[in-house]
This record gives sequence, C-alpha cells and structure tokens, in this order.
Amino acid sequence: MAKVPVQFTLNGSEKAEFVDSGTTLLNALRDKVGDTSPKGGCHQGTCGACSVIIDGELRLSCLTLAETCDGAVISTTSGLSENGVLHPLQRAFLDTFATQCGFCTPGMIMAAKVLLDHTPNPSRDEVVEALSGNICRCTGYEPIIQAVLTAARANSQNAA
Amino acid sequence: MAIRRGRGVAAINYPTGMNLGGDPTQALVHSTPTGNFMVTLSSVDLGQGMKQIMAQICAETIGVPTDRVVVDTADTDTGPHCMGTFASRGTHRAGNAVIQAAREARQVMLEVAAEELEVNASDLETDGQGNILVKGAPQKSISMFDVALSAHFKRGRSISGRGMFLIPRSYPEKETGAMKPSTCYAHACTVAEVEVDDETGEVTVLTVKNVFEIGRALNPKMVEQQLVGGSWMGISHALYETTEPYYPNRDHGGTDFNQYLMPGPGDLAETEIIVLERPSADGPYGAKGPGEMCANPQIPAVANAVFDAVGVRIDTLPITPERILRALKAQAAN
Repeated sequence: MAKVPVQFTLNGSEKAEFVDSGTTLLNALRDKVGDTSPKGGCHQGTCGACSVIIDGELRLSCLTLAETCDGAVISTTSGLSENGVLHPLQRAFLDTFATQCGFCTPGMIMAAKVLLDHTPNPSRDEVVEALSGNICRCTGYEPIIQAVLTAARANSQNAA
Repeated sequence: MAIRRGRGVAAINYPTGMNLGGDPTQALVHSTPTGNFMVTLSSVDLGQGMKQIMAQICAETIGVPTDRVVVDTADTDTGPHCMGTFASRGTHRAGNAVIQAAREARQVMLEVAAEELEVNASDLETDGQGNILVKGAPQKSISMFDVALSAHFKRGRSISGRGMFLIPRSYPEKETGAMKPSTCYAHACTVAEVEVDDETGEVTVLTVKNVFEIGRALNPKMVEQQLVGGSWMGISHALYETTEPYYPNRDHGGTDFNQYLMPGPGDLAETEIIVLERPSADGPYGAKGPGEMCANPQIPAVANAVFDAVGVRIDTLPITPERILRALKAQAAN
C-alpha cells in the first residue's frame, strides 16, 4: 500500500513522515518521530494516556489518524520544558508527588495544560472535569488535582 | 425510600512478604572509580519508589549523600536474586539486603581510607557528606572521591559488598498447624461514612479516615503518596472493581477500561491519612511494608458502613447496587 506523506509541527519543529494509511497519530509520534511521551494505554480512547494537543485542542492520539494531522500544530509533554526549565505543570506534579508509575502523567499534564490555557484560575470542580477523561491507577487522583491547582496558583503569581 | 447514612469501622494487620520456598532477596553494592555507589538489584520499581528508598538506605548505611548512590534494577537475567516486588516486601526484604551489602562496602571503604590516612579503620567515621574523618580529629580527613581513586588505581581494592536477606520457609507444626508464614506486620484502621440510596442501591462514600502503622516512614512524602492512592484503591475494591461480577460465571465481566469500573476524579471521598511510626525490630531502619495493606481496611469499613446504613450484610465484593437491592428485598421478604 502506498505510504501517505504527512507534515506537521511538533513542539515547534517541522516534522515530515511517510506513514501507512490508517496509522494512528500515537503510533506515528512514537514509532516514526520518536516522541514517546504520549503513552499507549488502551488504544481505544478510554484511558487518556495518549492525550496530545492538536491546534489548541485536547485530542486522543490513539483515535486520531496521522494523515488527518497534515499541517497541524501538535504539542506533547516532551516539548513543555524550555531550556531545561520545567513547565509549571511539570514542576507542580513533581513538587506535590502527583505521579507514581508515571504512565498516566503525560496525558494528565496535557489535559491540565488545555484547561489552564483556557481557564488560568480553575475551580476544583473544573480541574476534576478536565481530568475526567484520564485514568490513573496509582495516585487516587487527589494529588493530581492538587498539582493542577498548585500550577494554576504558580502561574497567577508569576503573572501578577 | 430514602438516602440513609451509615458509619463503619475496620482494623487490619497485614504481613510483609510470603512463605513459598523461603523469601530471599540479594543486593550487591560497589563503588565507581569516582566514589559514587551502585546498588544492583533485581527488585522492580513499579512506581512505588523502590529506587529512591534503596538509594536512601544505601547512602545512610555507607555514610554518603543519597545523590551519590545509583540504583540499577535492570535485569533478572543478570542481577542478584530477588523474589520480586509483591507482598509488600520490597522495602523490607531488599532494604535489609542493601544494608548488609552496604555495610560490607563501607568496611572496605574505611580500610582503604585508613591506609591513606595512616590510622586504624576503627578510628574513622563518615560525615554523611562524602568525607571520612578521624574520630575526634575531623581536620584529618579524606573524601570518598580520593578513597575510591586510591582503591581503584593504587591499592587494587574493590569497595564492594554482598547482601543476602532470607526469611526461611516456615512449615506448619503437625500437631497444631501453627506456623510463621510472614513477618513484620503493619496495621491500619479505617472509619468510613457512606450514604446508601435504598431505592437504587447506590453507595456514596462521604469520608474515609485512615490511620496506618507502618514502622518507620523512610520517605514520608512517598509513604503518604502510597497511602492516599491505596485508600482510593480500597474504596474501588469495595464498591466497583471486578473482572467477574457473577463469578465464577464470566458473563458481564469487563473487557476494557470502558467496562472495568474504577472511581474517577469526580468520585473521590474526603480522605484523611494519619501515619503512626512504630519502628519494626527487623525492618531496614525500622520500615515495614506499607504497600498492599493500605488498600485493605477500607473494604470492611465500607461493608460495615453499608450495614449500618441499611441493615444488610453484603459479603461478596464489590458491593454493587444490585447486591444491595437483592439483600434489601430478601430482608423485606423475611
């Protein structure tokens, strides 16, 4: 079968790949581009571990075909830190011990980032809503909710 | 038909390790030429923090900062023997093995330092910052870096140690059946408050208050992290999770994350965690196994709270709305 050419921007860099038709964005990112920060948990859109940001919206990369991302701007957790300085969400997840095995963490952080991009000072309920598509097996969620609220506070202090 | 409130309490004790063919874990420790220490294990870090805890234990025993220790849990083909990360045994079994290995390595380190400083090894102590000092005369000292260089390039010594911690297999006494299948019991108590809708059978956990006695908390934040997650898992076991809801019949068993129920971030009960530290005699620096036990007391506590709320005793997990409604129906029929 003929390969399909796809070009997109990933974390600020141009990427061009030939993928098999039907390849998911998750597999294209992990196996072709080499960005393994999105995780493959269920491969059917129920766990959220593969969450990435496409053109500003939170999307499940396991349910998104790579060939539909031509020209898209994609962000993943691996592109969040700048010059070795962690993103406030990454910092907050570390500082509040919001990660154990870490498998859900990249998806959680992307879901939280979209929330904070649109709602810089979310309520607890808004955080819960934003994370409700992501499954975590280790933490019992409370530390993750606290991490997102902590990052929001850090952002608003920096802005002030 | 009404929403009824109930409160339940439960207490547990929970063992560390298990009793199959004996319960061994080995550890090897060696220094690199620059005076860092390497701990080699086959025990696995599943995210519970095994590597961090083993680094702390090794550093504490040898007398160097934790960031001077690297833990490799790479490969069961090549690493020293470990029964595995399960039965809440990682910290206790591997920790004891690491202490043994680190003591042996420390002894060699002190011997080399003694030769360099021209003193007796028994007159040396460590400052915890990577230096070895003469007791009472701390101006006479040598860094771990220089000790390692000397051992590797001058004196042909390997600053290393072997550790083997084994709980031997316990056999039952023929007459009484008495045996010692496990060691080092942790304890916990939970009070759960629930609301039960006696029309739908639905249970809402309002609060869970947990007290855990886990020996010494070697890393208090990581212990708290496990206990918070474990308390959530306990509620999940009590009310939601099963692969065979009609066991042994497989019908209606979940086959993916859509059907396998776990509480999400919107279903959290108000959770309180209190840690009691009662250092254990045989644990590494007093630690016990907090891993599995922290997800246990919530289950009987919730079952008791449901009984307190609606007067039915559910003895099969999970405590689903269907089971509660069937029990309520049976109770009304009687």
